[in-house]
Amino acid sequence: MLNSKIPAGPMEEKWKEYKAHCKLVNPANKRKLEVIIVGTGLAGSSAAASLGELGYKVKAFCFQDSPRRAHSIAAQGGINAAKNYQNDGDSVFRLFYDTVKGGDYRAREGNVYRLAEVSASIIDQCVAQGVPFAREYGGLLSNRSFGGTQVQRTFYAAGQTGQQLLIGAYQALERQVGLGNVKMYSRHEMLEVVIIDGKARGIIVRNLVTGELERHFGHAVLLCTGGYGNVFYLSTNAMGCNVTAAWKAHKKGAYFGNPCFTQIHPTCIPVSGDHQSKLTLMSESLRNDGRIWVPKQQGDTRTPNQIPEEERDYYLERRYPAFGNLVPRDVASRAAKERCDAGYGVGSSRQAVYLDYASAIKRYGEIEAGKQSLDNPTEAKIIELGKAVVEEKYGNLFDMYAKITGENPYETPMRIYPAVHYTMGGLWVDYELMTSVPGLYALGEANFSDHGANRLGASALMQGLADGYFVIPYTIGNYLADDIRTANIPTSHPAFEEAEKSVRDRINRLMNIKGKRSVESFHKRLGKIMWDKCGMARNEQGLSEAIKEIRALKSEFWSDVRIPGEINEINPELDKANRVADFIELGELMCIDALNRRESCGGHFREESQTEDGEAKRDDAQFSYVSAWEYMSDSDWNLQKEDLHFDIVKPSQRSYK
Amino acid sequence: MNLTLQVWRQKNSRETGRFETYAVKDVSSEMSFLEMFDVLNERLIEEGKEPIAFDHDCREGICGMCSMYINGRAHGPWKGTTTCQLHMREYKDGDTIVVEPWRAGAFPVIKDLIVDRTAFDRIIQAGGFISVNTGNAVDANALPIEKQRADDSFMAAACIGCGACVAACKNASAMLFVSAKVSHLALLPQGEPEKKQRALNMIAQMDKEGFGSCTNTYACEAECPKEISVMNIARLNREYLNSSLSSD
Repeated sequence: MLNSKIPAGPMEEKWKEYKAHCKLVNPANKRKLEVIIVGTGLAGSSAAASLGELGYKVKAFCFQDSPRRAHSIAAQGGINAAKNYQNDGDSVFRLFYDTVKGGDYRAREGNVYRLAEVSASIIDQCVAQGVPFAREYGGLLSNRSFGGTQVQRTFYAAGQTGQQLLIGAYQALERQVGLGNVKMYSRHEMLEVVIIDGKARGIIVRNLVTGELERHFGHAVLLCTGGYGNVFYLSTNAMGCNVTAAWKAHKKGAYFGNPCFTQIHPTCIPVSGDHQSKLTLMSESLRNDGRIWVPKQQGDTRTPNQIPEEERDYYLERRYPAFGNLVPRDVASRAAKERCDAGYGVGSSRQAVYLDYASAIKRYGEIEAGKQSLDNPTEAKIIELGKAVVEEKYGNLFDMYAKITGENPYETPMRIYPAVHYTMGGLWVDYELMTSVPGLYALGEANFSDHGANRLGASALMQGLADGYFVIPYTIGNYLADDIRTANIPTSHPAFEEAEKSVRDRINRLMNIKGKRSVESFHKRLGKIMWDKCGMARNEQGLSEAIKEIRALKSEFWSDVRIPGEINEINPELDKANRVADFIELGELMCIDALNRRESCGGHFREESQTEDGEAKRDDAQFSYVSAWEYMSDSDWNLQKEDLHFDIVKPSQRSYK
Repeated sequence: MNLTLQVWRQKNSRETGRFETYAVKDVSSEMSFLEMFDVLNERLIEEGKEPIAFDHDCREGICGMCSMYINGRAHGPWKGTTTCQLHMREYKDGDTIVVEPWRAGAFPVIKDLIVDRTAFDRIIQAGGFISVNTGNAVDANALPIEKQRADDSFMAAACIGCGACVAACKNASAMLFVSAKVSHLALLPQGEPEKKQRALNMIAQMDKEGFGSCTNTYACEAECPKEISVMNIARLNREYLNSSLSSD
């Protein structure tokens, strides 16, 4: 049934072979082929720019006021690439191996190998575009280390790596807009896919300024619409991040892969109250130098600086001596939850742990004093020098923490707690990034493909750009080569009529409910169900309850939501209602998927499946597959399984001890 | 704390706007400025009124979408801070806060506090890039770049394109935005080949969009949430002059 289309042959030859033999479209024909790209984050911008350069006629859409706002911009820490500039033993194979292992053996080897293979070209491309990566005094690129690896392969631009990479891709995109190869539609939201004779042939979008619905034809449609972490209400995603485009595609036949695989990031600023609208990430790179601890005594109410060294439990260093504070995200998050649940949490909510920079400040201060040949520097001088070093490395992150919490992280340890950050699940795609609907592609976080059950830090940027710059330009040609005789289908075609009508009917239905409760209130309730029962730890009973609760919430939403304003104007409440309605349906599928997967793997922790010391226990005999859910009808899905084969990396119990 | 808000309401770009006054009660000092707006909007919806439309997305100070002019200052009183990162501990019980959209001819209001900033995208289209197609790049370390230059370029590249510089300027000039992009690219050897044309084209587009001239008041630097330096404007003027005077 499911054909992943992984090319035959040895792992290191697959992509080379594919590129050598895939079909090509000649330049004259490219000019006649139209490609629709939805979303302009790293995957969408890079794809739009690259396809525009190749000569395709591209239309790109984003709901923000400019493509540069996409949430890729908020990625802080860095981007991985197997350059081995540090001579520390890195290679394409190691990056591939680390990613498959980090994903807890639930990703496709073929895809991951290709990702590792193109990673080096991404850095070259970005530098050529003028991305100002951090450099050493010799003028060459600098690297840092990241969780789940033992080499330094992460390239970065202070704490703004995502911003700099996105601006690079955005500039490449705007260049193509200026040249007339790409037409950009900002403040437009995709609300339906148009399928004609079994192929994706266009989309229906809503102009968010005028409220008008528009029809757009394309020979192929690319969804680069990011992840769905906002199903939890509180997450590190931007407020506008949503699943709507992917969900519409799903309901039109695109299978949804591993929806329950959610990444809960260990280092976020804790929730401060009910008013909270989003959570803020503190880059994982902070775990390079910071030490994570809680008091050894339960319910300790002393301030952190009052707690002496011997009364602190550096629990990650204790439990995982080999990787210490740099264990992968899923492991670090669960360990924090375990300590807080056991009563060792800190801060007023007791739902936080400390991330402490005191020893890093001292260590850097001593190094700096040595560099400056200071004899017998005072303690105060060492701290002063150390703070300056930490400020250069992490200054913007420390400032952000100070602004949000009102505390000075140079003086007192930061309080952190895990928060929803990324979704490994997404639309099921084959090796060519095509969904189960011909001509409909998913790139970047919107697809499920490369990170298995847990993504390693600094790999999201890598995947987004790999898909957009180096994969889709080849794979889309292989499809469009057979489409060169397809003339543009006029948007008066009945399939467009029908798709637009379904969108219009749904909007009218939403507006006419005229109930009592705000969209936000439903979103918050959905988020609470998901966080409590489909969050960091899941069990059979909780998930079964969650499914019932979500179904009840859905019917309440469709009978009692209140959307003020009009259809034909800027109406953020209506935009949000469209998105929340889809999140509710997705939430149900996530719980169904989590219930089905009676094993723990990566970010998916089923309490029924753990080792004696509380680590995630996989069940390869029964669950070594991708869950690809086929939408049948309301609350009814059919499970398709894509078996995973590991020819190179032998699955084993992941150990970071 | 309890506050009084005076907020600009404008139905669309065609109609004239006006200030409306709102009393906001029980504001927590831990809230962000936009969360205070969320609370007010929830109340307006409950009362059957239309909520205040405002732009926002990442709420962590990096996407550049939020854009409120608060008590006469772009992004409010905190230095180097976007509206979304301003927190309510800045204010005290009884304060009155006036909130307006960015005011500039080139940024027309499209509803309440939302303005159209696509002029910035068009300026980038005119030349804010390095012309390198995907696949053309040489090895990243084949081109060493002096650390100081790379750092200076990075500082200019930190611009988030929010438009606070324009809103803060009495002439609604976009010189800080344009100069940051010109500096980011001109400082790098990769940006060298297109340096002259880039400055000329971007300036031409800036003028065409209707942004005002720079009269060196430095209000832009003072209000920039990323603290982009006016030194970039000096660099842009130099680039522009060189480009205009060169014969080729």
